[in-house]
Amino acid sequence: MTRHFLTRREMISGSAAAALCALVPGAALAVTAAQASALVERMLADINRVIESGKSEAAMIADFERIFRSYGDMPYIAAYAMGADGRRATPAQKKAFTNAFAGYVSRKYGKQFRKFIGGKLEIQGSKKVKNAYQVSTVALLRGQSPFDVTFFVGEKSGRFYNMYVEGVNMLLTERTEVGAMLDRRRGDIDAMIADLKRAG
Amino acid sequence: MPTPKTVLALCALLSLAACAVPGPGEAPDGIYDPQEGANRRIHAFNKRVDSALGGGGDGGASAIPAPILAGVANMADTLRTPRTVVNQVLQARLGRATRNTLRFGVNATVGIAGLFDVASGIGLPEDKSDFGETLHVWGFPEGAYIELPLIGPATEREAVGKLVDIALNPLGYVYLPSPERYYSVGIRAAGKVAERVEYGDTLDTLLYDSADSYAQTRNSYLSYRRYQLGDTETGAADYIDPEALDTEGF
Repeated sequence: MTRHFLTRREMISGSAAAALCALVPGAALAVTAAQASALVERMLADINRVIESGKSEAAMIADFERIFRSYGDMPYIAAYAMGADGRRATPAQKKAFTNAFAGYVSRKYGKQFRKFIGGKLEIQGSKKVKNAYQVSTVALLRGQSPFDVTFFVGEKSGRFYNMYVEGVNMLLTERTEVGAMLDRRRGDIDAMIADLKRAG
Repeated sequence: MPTPKTVLALCALLSLAACAVPGPGEAPDGIYDPQEGANRRIHAFNKRVDSALGGGGDGGASAIPAPILAGVANMADTLRTPRTVVNQVLQARLGRATRNTLRFGVNATVGIAGLFDVASGIGLPEDKSDFGETLHVWGFPEGAYIELPLIGPATEREAVGKLVDIALNPLGYVYLPSPERYYSVGIRAAGKVAERVEYGDTLDTLLYDSADSYAQTRNSYLSYRRYQLGDTETGAADYIDPEALDTEGF
């Protein structure tokens, strides 16, 4: 079962990681195309190691959350997902949302990664687009036609902030999802956060 | 007496004239959906049909062995290839039309009537096209988002394309003699089932695990279709600025 998998210790290390995330981007230097590509390569290697570890699903998802938090620009991804509703959120709600969201995304995408067993993502190249780097990869999975996965790394943050799978954009998908969850709760942010902790 | 073909073509032309273009502010996040209420009802119906056929569960077509599904999908693809060639010629993409003609020749013969996709192994991978793409190449706008009963998500332009494709496919219903036309329709229907199984997990997530499956289906369909067509002008800006947000407090 993956529901309520966050133990108190993981919560604490999670918020510590979130605090670090908040500190690091400002300090990080602008990256180059090669560094962006290397970042994606390291992230994919870490994900592969987890997939091949043969751990339980709950353990794998906890690992994915660590990877997601260390390579991803969490504050940005969370702020984007919340969209305009983020403007009326209190600081405590924003923090709680970012934490719940990191867990939710790790569960949701972590389950998808299992399909990657025996497959791989090949890096095709990277290019600068305005103030971001676009790293193109091709997913080669068993029994499926190859498909494109594109990662976006912020120039300033040096972190991953978006991903396109065959043109379908993670940020927009998650903003749609969070928006729908808020609608279902008639705009109640706390209720949405509580739902998010169980979703994915 | 007008033949079924001319009726189809007429209907298609008439509906194309009705392709709506969103005014300013009518397409937030690149989504133009003026008939959302009706679309949501059709979506609910489609979802009920999908779950009745085993979608969202483990049973149903996913119990069919993978090689059989692959064979069915390959045959359906082979039947579709002539339609792709016709469209690529209409799009003036002659290189791709030629490669697809070769692909059809190889798979229909060496691939035993399309059962095996031999062509992919010799550098002729699947490259689909349809009349929806032709209309895009010719400069027609996408129109509003619509959900079609049993068929699923589309735009006005794609719906017209689907109608015209029925008339355009040399191996489709219109041109084949009596028993063959039913085999052709049957194989293509089975091919849809095989596709549903191949993308099963992804579609299950979309339809059964999201807070609003209608909104997610619409978002994914429009993004994927624009990406397939290489359309970077319609809809939300392709580029999302990683610094243009106030992340204070998150």
